[in-house]
Amino acid sequence: MGGVFVHDLHTITPLGALVPRVDQLNGIIIREVSDRALASLALRWGKEAEGRNAAERFLGLELPAPGGHAASDSFSASWIGPNQWLIGADITGHELMPYRLRDALAGRASVTEQTDGWCRFDLEGTFCLQVFERLCRIDIARMAVGSAERTLLDHLNCLVICLEQGRRYAVMGPRSTAEALHYALLTAAGSVN
Amino acid sequence: MTQKLRLDGGRLDRTKALNFTFDGQAFQGYEGDTLASALMANGVRLIGRSFKYHRPRGVFTSGSEEPNALVELRSDARQEPNTRATVAELFDGLDARSQNRGPSLRWDPLAINDLFSNFLTAGFYYKTFMWPKSFWEKLYEPAIRRAAGLGSLSMQDDPDEYDKGFLHCDLLVIGAGPAGLMAAQIAGRAGARVIVADEDFLMGGRLNAERQEVGGMAGHDWAASVVSELHSMDNVRVMPRTSIIGAYDHGTYGAVERVQDHIHTPVSGKPRQILWRIYSKRAVLCAGATERPIAFPNNDRPGISLAASLRAYANRWATAPASRVAVFTNNDDGHRTAADLMARGVDVAAVVDVRQKAAKLSDARLIAGAQVIGTKGRQGLKSIRVRHSDGRLETISCGALGVSGGWNPNVHMTCHQNGRPVWDEDIAAFVPGADLPPGMSVAGAAKGLFTTTDALRNGAEEASAILSDLGFASGGATELPQADDAAYEHEPIYHVTHGKGRAWLDLQNDVTVKDVKLAHQENFRSVEHLKRYTTLGMATDQGKTSNVGALAVMAELTGKSIPETGTTVFRPPYTPVTVGAFGGRSVGAHYRPIRKTPSHKWAEENGAPLVRAGNWLRARWFPKSGETHWRESVDREVMHVRSKVGICDVSTLGKIDVQGADAAAFLNKVYANGFAKLAVGKVRYGLMLREEGILYDDGTAARLGEDHFVITTTTANAALVLRNMEFARQCLWPDMDVQLISTTEAWAQFAVAGPKSRELLQRVVDEKFDITNETFPFMACGELSVCDGLRARLFRISFSGELAYEIAVPARYGAAMWRRMLELGKDLDVIPYGVEALDVMRIEKGHPTGRELDGTTTALNMGMERMVSRKKDSIGSVLDQREGMIRTDGLRLVGLKPVNTSETFTAGTNLVNDGAEIVINNDQGRVTSACFSPSLGHCIGLALLKNGDARMGEVVRVVSPAQNTDVKVEVTTTHFFDPDGGRLRA
Amino acid sequence: MLINHPLLGPRDAQEFIYLGDARLIDRPDWQAADAQEQFFEYTYLRDNPAGEHKELWFHEYGDRSWLVVTRNTVTHEITHVELASEAARARGRSK
Repeated sequence: MGGVFVHDLHTITPLGALVPRVDQLNGIIIREVSDRALASLALRWGKEAEGRNAAERFLGLELPAPGGHAASDSFSASWIGPNQWLIGADITGHELMPYRLRDALAGRASVTEQTDGWCRFDLEGTFCLQVFERLCRIDIARMAVGSAERTLLDHLNCLVICLEQGRRYAVMGPRSTAEALHYALLTAAGSVN
Repeated sequence: MTQKLRLDGGRLDRTKALNFTFDGQAFQGYEGDTLASALMANGVRLIGRSFKYHRPRGVFTSGSEEPNALVELRSDARQEPNTRATVAELFDGLDARSQNRGPSLRWDPLAINDLFSNFLTAGFYYKTFMWPKSFWEKLYEPAIRRAAGLGSLSMQDDPDEYDKGFLHCDLLVIGAGPAGLMAAQIAGRAGARVIVADEDFLMGGRLNAERQEVGGMAGHDWAASVVSELHSMDNVRVMPRTSIIGAYDHGTYGAVERVQDHIHTPVSGKPRQILWRIYSKRAVLCAGATERPIAFPNNDRPGISLAASLRAYANRWATAPASRVAVFTNNDDGHRTAADLMARGVDVAAVVDVRQKAAKLSDARLIAGAQVIGTKGRQGLKSIRVRHSDGRLETISCGALGVSGGWNPNVHMTCHQNGRPVWDEDIAAFVPGADLPPGMSVAGAAKGLFTTTDALRNGAEEASAILSDLGFASGGATELPQADDAAYEHEPIYHVTHGKGRAWLDLQNDVTVKDVKLAHQENFRSVEHLKRYTTLGMATDQGKTSNVGALAVMAELTGKSIPETGTTVFRPPYTPVTVGAFGGRSVGAHYRPIRKTPSHKWAEENGAPLVRAGNWLRARWFPKSGETHWRESVDREVMHVRSKVGICDVSTLGKIDVQGADAAAFLNKVYANGFAKLAVGKVRYGLMLREEGILYDDGTAARLGEDHFVITTTTANAALVLRNMEFARQCLWPDMDVQLISTTEAWAQFAVAGPKSRELLQRVVDEKFDITNETFPFMACGELSVCDGLRARLFRISFSGELAYEIAVPARYGAAMWRRMLELGKDLDVIPYGVEALDVMRIEKGHPTGRELDGTTTALNMGMERMVSRKKDSIGSVLDQREGMIRTDGLRLVGLKPVNTSETFTAGTNLVNDGAEIVINNDQGRVTSACFSPSLGHCIGLALLKNGDARMGEVVRVVSPAQNTDVKVEVTTTHFFDPDGGRLRA
Repeated sequence: MLINHPLLGPRDAQEFIYLGDARLIDRPDWQAADAQEQFFEYTYLRDNPAGEHKELWFHEYGDRSWLVVTRNTVTHEITHVELASEAARARGRSK
C-alpha cells in the first residue's frame, strides 16, 4: 500500500467534530491535536541493532531511551515500552508513514499503524504543572523536554510528553475516551488557582 | 450581638466583623475566629448533646481532637453534620446548628436517657434487648438508632466539587509548630523540595496560643516570619488548612486540603477540598501533643475544658468561657493557664493542683494536694467541689474549669504501619517507638519534647540529619532562636478517687470510668476487648483525649502497668475525611471514563437506546417510527438482516496486532487450537483457555502476512487478553520473536451481514479488489481500499450466520464510512442493527459468548473439545484433561425449545427432568441464553445440561422458583437456524 | 506502594496489576510423564510466606513490562525489582 489516494470520506477528530477543538481557560490553552500520523515501532527479537539502525536512518533521529522523546524535522519518537516507540509525523504528506516505515524496516522491526489509536491534547500555559498535579502521579515538575511518560491519568492509560518544561505538554490517550480525557483536562484546568 | 466575653488582643482581625447564626440566633465574630471561639466570645457554652445520654455539652478543646462540640454547618444540600466547631473557620453568613438534640438544645426529652444510665452502660445492647427476639428489628433497633447518633444528612447530592492530586517532595513536614517550622526553614534554605502542611488555617501551632517569646519576639510573630520566608521560596510548598491523614507505604502520605471550607459558597468549578497523595523521600512528623484530662464526677459539663485550650482561647482568640474560671491540674502547665488568663483580665478563682508540693506559679489562689470531685450546673458549669488534702470539702463558684492531666505526644501517624508506641515513664506518656514508617522522623512534642526550646532544637536536628542523608549540603550551623525552657513537672493522675457520680473518659461515645470497671468485671480486659465492649475511642475523634485515661483505669484494675495493658492500633485517617474527597471528580456520569464508538453520534441522532458494555456505549437497536416495543425493533432488525442486509458497529471488539517471525508459533501457544498452518489471507476462530483448562475468551485471528496476524477478543476481555499475551511473551517464552500492540481504538470496524452484504460491499470496496465468493470465500481476509483509495481491511466472518463481512477503516473515517454504507445501500434496503439483534442472531446460530464462557466452563462443556489440539503445547491444554473435567456425563451446551411454542423462558433459570421435584439435588443444569427467535417464531435458549449431547429430543423443564417459571422444553442442537451453514458460504 | 521500575524508576503501584507468585514463570513441560500433576501444582499450589516474596506485577498503565518484584509481605519493603523477561531467561525459559 502506498502512493497518493483520493478518497472522498471526510474525517472526524477524536472529539467527534470536523475540526479540532481549542479551549482556553484560566490562562491555559487546551488544543485537540488530530494531525499526526502515528505508528508503533517494535524491534524484532535478535535483530535489535539492525532494526534500530534502519529505523534511525529512516527517521533521522536517535531512538530515545526509556522514558524519552526525540524529534527530527519530520518525525518524532516516544519510548512506549522496551524496544518499542511511538513514531509520529505530520499527517499531511505522511498519512501513509506507518506503511512506508513498515516496508523500510521489513523483517527487522514490526510496525503498526496507530494514527487513530490515540487522541491527543496539547496543554500550554504557566499553570500546566498545577493542572497535571490534579491528574497524574508522575513528577511533572521534574520532567524535562525530551521525556515521555506512560502513566495512569484520570483512569486512562496515557502518554505525557514534555514539549517545554513547565509550560507545554502533550497528553495522549485512547481515542474512544477522548471526551472523558478532555473533560478531565478541562475540569483540572478550571480547578487550579 | 455583643461579644460579652471578648478580651483584648489575640490573632483576630477586628476590622473584619463576621455575622453568623447558631440555632437560628444571630451572632458576630471576627476574622480569625473559629465557630467555637466566636460562640465562646458571645457567651454560648452549651453547644450540643452527647451521643448516648443526651447530656448537655460544650467546647472541650481548641483543636482537631475535639470530642464534644460537634455541629451541623450550612443548610440544604450543603448541610454537613458532625463538624468540629473548634476547627470550623468562621466566615460571614455561616449557619450552624446543634445536633443530636430534641426540639431545642436546652430542652431535649431524650435527656431522660441520662436518668436511665444504669441500664445504658457498656454492653447494654447485648443484655437489654434480647427478648422478645422479633422486637429487635422492629422496635429496639430503630428506636436506638433514632436516639443515638449525631448529626443528620440532607439526603441530597453534594453540590460541591472535590479534586484529587499528587505531589512530590524531598521532605514532608507534618505540622507547622515550632519543630515543624524550624525543620521546614532549614530544609528550605538547603534547597530541598519541601512541603509543610498544617491542619490549622494559621500556621505556628502552639506558638499562636502562648505568650512566649521566640528569638526575641512574640512567638506568633516568629512563626509568621518563618512562614513568610517559606512562602518566598520556590522549593517550598506551604499548605495551611491541610491535614495529613495517613502514612502509607514507601513514603506516601494522604492529605486533605480544605480549599474552600471557609468560604460561604464555594466557587463553582473550583474544588472545595483536595485529597492529595504526597510522595515524599522523607517526612518529619511534628504533630505536637494533646493535653489529657483528669476524670472526675460530672466532668462533662459545658464550661469544662482542657486547660491549655482555655489558654489558647484567651491568647489566640481573645475569649474565655466565663469571667471567673478555675484550673485543675497535676502539672506546671496548668499554672501557666492561670497566669495567662489573669494577664488577660479573667478572674481565676483557684488553681487546684493534685500535687502536695505544687509551687505557686501564678498570682491565683493555689490549692495544693487537692482534687476536684464534683461539679454543678446542668447546662453550664456553676461551681466545682474541691476536696482538700485534709479531706475538707469546699465549693468554689466558677463558670469554667480548665483541666490538665499532662500531655500525650501525637504518635498516631507513627503507628500507621504496624508501629507501636512505647511508654516513657518520665513524662508518663506513650512516645513513638523505634518501628516508625520507613522514611519518617519525629520531632518536638510529638516525640515527648515538651518545651519550645527542645522543639526548635529537635526540629532543626531532625531536618539536618535528613538533609545530610539526602545529600543536601547543610546550610551551615543554624542559629536556634531563644525560647522558653521550663521543665515539665507533673504527677500522673487519670481519675479522682473521691466524689459521687459518673466520671467521663470518652466524651464523644459517653464512656465513663464505671464502664471500664464493668468491662473489667465482665472480663473484657484486653485493650482490644475493652475498646469494643465499651466503644471507647471508637468515635470520630478516635479517642484522642480519652484512650490513655481509660488504659490507666484498666491498668489500675488489673494491677498491671499502662504499657503492659497495651495501646490500641491507630489507623488512618487521623481526622475524619469527607467522603466527597475520596470520590474526587469520579462521580455521577464521570464515575468511569466512557468509550464511544465511531458511529456513536449517528446512533444518538437516530434515537438508538444505548447500553454500557464495559466502558463502551453501544446501540441496542435503532427504532423506526411507529415501533412501540423494543421487541418490534429487534425482531425487524433480525428478519431484515436475514433477508436483506444490515450493518452493525463492532469496533468495540478488542484488536491486537501480533507480528514477528514467531507470531504463528506464539498464537499456537495462547490459543487452544492450531494456528501454525493458517494460510495468509485466512481467518480462523480461536479459543483461549486459562492454565486451569477453563475457557476464558474466544475470537478470530486473521493472518495478514507470514509474520503478521490481527486477532480479535471479546469487548469485555480486550485488556485481559493483551495482559495474558504479554505474560506469555515476556515470562513464558521470552526468546520468541513476537511483538504485540493493541489496535482496538485505531480501526472502526463494522459488521456487514445479510444476503445482500456482498453487493453492498462491492459498492464501497475499490473495483480493483475482487471480493466475489470464488476469490474471497468464507473465512478470507485481506488489506484493500475503499471509496477510492482509503486503506481498509476486510474479513469474511459471520456471527449472524448470514453471508457476512467485517470491514475496518481508520477510526477517523469510521463515521463517514458508516453513513456512506447506509447511503450506497439505500436501494438494497440496508439497515443499521444493534447489539440486541446481534445477540438474537448468535443464539439462533448457537454461538457461545460470555454468557456461556462464564469462567467455569471448558471446551468440552461447549462441545468444542475437538478444537483443543493435543499435538502441541498451549496454555490450558494439560489441565483441561483433568479427571472431573472430562466426565462423559458433565454439562454440555444444548439448544432448548418450548414444547408448547407459545411458552417462553429466560436465561438464569435451571433445568430439571420432566416429572422431577424442583429441589437442588434434581438440578440438571442451567439456561445460559434465551430469546425470542423471530426466524423460528418461538422462544429458544442455550443451556448447559448434564450429559446434554446424549439427550437430544428429550423433554426437560426450565424452572425458576423465584420467577414461578415451569416450562417443558425439548433438548435440541444449538444450531437452530441454517444448521449446515449454507447461508454464510453463499 | 511504590515500585522501582528497572527502566522507569519509582512508580505508584496503582499503575500496576498484581498477578502473584513469580513461580508462575516456571511453567512445566507439557510432555512430562507427570505433566498433569506438575501443572496442577504450578497452577494451584502456592506458598504464602510472611516475609520475602517474589511476585509478578504488570505495568498495565505504563510500559506493559511484567516485573518480578521481591516484596516483604509483612512490611511491604521492596528489595529488588527486575524485568520478568530477564528473570525468565535466567531461569532457563526461551521459546
